[in-house]
Amino acid sequence: MGQPTPGRIAYVNARLLDPASGLDAQGGVLTDGETIVDFGPALVNDGDLGGDTEVFDCKGHCLGPGLVDMRMQLREPGYEHKETLENAGEAAVAGGITSMVCLPNTQPVIDDAATLEFVARRARLLGLAKVYPYGAVTKGLHGKELAEMGMLAKAGALGFTDGTRAVADAQVLRRALSYAATFDLLIVQHPEEPSLAQDGVVNEGEMATRLGLSGTPACAEAILLARDVRLAELTQARYHAAHLSTAEGIEVVRRAKARGVRVTCDTAPFYFALNESAVGDYRTFAKLSPPLRSEEDRQAVVLGIKGGGIDAIASDHSPQDQDSQRRPFAQAAFGGIGLETLLPVTLELFHNGQLSLLQALRLVTSAPADLLGLTAGRLRKGGAADLVIFDPVRVWKVVADDLVGKSGNSPFDGRLVRGRVIRTVVDGRPVFAASD
Amino acid sequence: MTTNPFTHRHLLGIQGLSPSEIGFLLDLSNGYVDQNRRADKKQSTLRGRTLINLFFENSTRTRTSFELAGKRLGADVINMQVSTSSVTKGETLIDTAVTLNAMHLDALVVRHPDSGAVKLLSEKVNCAVINGGDGCHEHPTQALLDALTIRRRKGRLSGLTVAICGDVLHSRVARSNIHLLNIMGARVRVVAPKTLVPAGIERLGVEVFFDMRAGLADCDIVMMLRLQNERMSGNFIPSIREYFHFFGLDYAKLAQARPDALIMHPGPMNRGFEIDSDVADDVERSVIREQVEMGVAVRMAVLDILTRPDREAV
Repeated sequence: MGQPTPGRIAYVNARLLDPASGLDAQGGVLTDGETIVDFGPALVNDGDLGGDTEVFDCKGHCLGPGLVDMRMQLREPGYEHKETLENAGEAAVAGGITSMVCLPNTQPVIDDAATLEFVARRARLLGLAKVYPYGAVTKGLHGKELAEMGMLAKAGALGFTDGTRAVADAQVLRRALSYAATFDLLIVQHPEEPSLAQDGVVNEGEMATRLGLSGTPACAEAILLARDVRLAELTQARYHAAHLSTAEGIEVVRRAKARGVRVTCDTAPFYFALNESAVGDYRTFAKLSPPLRSEEDRQAVVLGIKGGGIDAIASDHSPQDQDSQRRPFAQAAFGGIGLETLLPVTLELFHNGQLSLLQALRLVTSAPADLLGLTAGRLRKGGAADLVIFDPVRVWKVVADDLVGKSGNSPFDGRLVRGRVIRTVVDGRPVFAASD
Repeated sequence: MTTNPFTHRHLLGIQGLSPSEIGFLLDLSNGYVDQNRRADKKQSTLRGRTLINLFFENSTRTRTSFELAGKRLGADVINMQVSTSSVTKGETLIDTAVTLNAMHLDALVVRHPDSGAVKLLSEKVNCAVINGGDGCHEHPTQALLDALTIRRRKGRLSGLTVAICGDVLHSRVARSNIHLLNIMGARVRVVAPKTLVPAGIERLGVEVFFDMRAGLADCDIVMMLRLQNERMSGNFIPSIREYFHFFGLDYAKLAQARPDALIMHPGPMNRGFEIDSDVADDVERSVIREQVEMGVAVRMAVLDILTRPDREAV
């Protein structure tokens, strides 16, 4: 590993938060080496920790498991000019993320074990946020032939997806689900009927019409989901729909869950904190896939999170360089960065009374970890010391150019948010410390 | 120094203009109509000033109209025809802006196949920018010349019923006209098969008709749109024949409109596609040629007003 083993560190005087167990109490965490040795309300002061224990005073701020981001895009290998693994790792830990799951849409595509191992090893050597890749469902993400899902899973793929592309062909998806079910693997879909979305660059409706841009109708989501959940039912496979953005889509998933289909879904902060008006006068930073939707759909996403219909929140981080963004809207690349805003924008759901602090945190820690079979995202004695210390009320302004990551395409640029990461710990090592 | 009744730096669209600003532009244009009918048409208002017509899409009419407008005002006019394929390959719009700034322009007319591209360019160049048509977004000088044509014939815009017929979905002309006519108090209808009506168009202040006869009933103005063959990728209409049968303007359908209804078309026309030749050439009712004449006057007025702050500052 090449990295020195950290010593004993006591994080004291904290508000301990562990969404998985419901713990919310004053206390602390003791780490030794790369693992959590002890945590709890008893660990309040530094009186009995042993002589060589370093003490970190959390000053009453929140201390919880590091965030688990179940959907982000890496640009290395292949597009390092947009973001390297190191850039992404630094941005992630600055946002309190200690584990992140990347899409296979690198170049080369993560559709074989060798590429997957390359990415995982590079990330491990960096020692920043841990990277767990998704494997491709189909070779080259072309939507035709199945990738070696079994081998990829053995090599560490947590699930399978064609990333930003939907597996469009019903028969291919059916076989992918069936085959995945053989090994009880998770298939993650970008739920947008491609033929309805192919020309669309924004949400269809008045705004698209005013701007003269092609729109994707909101029902493109529900249409593909309706088909997919039936295939999941048919194959008894585990199916996960990524970044839901519409009321109708959430309803399709809700009904499937009620029927006992093994289906789950997530959304991204963009879809509960922004609506299509963020596109404004052709702001390409707000060009996302799926597109930002109407205010009614945004509210439905909030309700879906609140009511439990949506299982997790992921950053949907998608860095793009300036050359890809400073273009006429239709030509600009899709996607926005999200690693550094995942925590504060998710905390908006707490600050505006939709969720408790623990509920909000659960959606970005233990909930996605459970979906993916990761042990991360919870405080556990003997577990990896992946921690975040944050001030949930500290106000700061998102300024794209000031963010840690390499690309500045944040749809939240200029937004005032609450919740600032003070320190992030990965495997017992402090990897991020706030400068202010 | 007189106060400028039109304070915008650029003319990027009709959306956002006030009735008084539009009224002022039309009044100013009207003066240029008279001037253009004199034997000596040349003025020195823009002498020493440089206008570039930057066209990323093929155009003969609009480019010629702007060229003539610039030359009649005494400006040096350069036409730059850029093929979009070379732009997507290499130079970005931002690079183009840097190049243009080095040429010290006074005004820039831009036509681009992408909605919003003209606005993007306007943020990067140091001169007045006129939108000569961007994607499916806006074509403000076309709406102004249409309004001038109507106002000269009908004496007003307010209270008229205008039917805009055809490919509204892909039409920047339709959007700019819908905005302008609404701002000026006209009643606007759009008439088209549902595949060519963009979602949410009623929220822009129009009544939608799928039946052309009903849509033309008692209207004062029939504004036809060009059926954009090049934009017909996909199955918007089954055939030209079927389209003409239901939505082409012929005398039978026109009979529903008011007897003194005017026929307009932004050109170039597809005779037999969206408009019957006899109707297009009807000297009593077709004002299509007049629209072209008004176009030059409107563009002179726009060039005049947008360069005024710079000229008065000297």
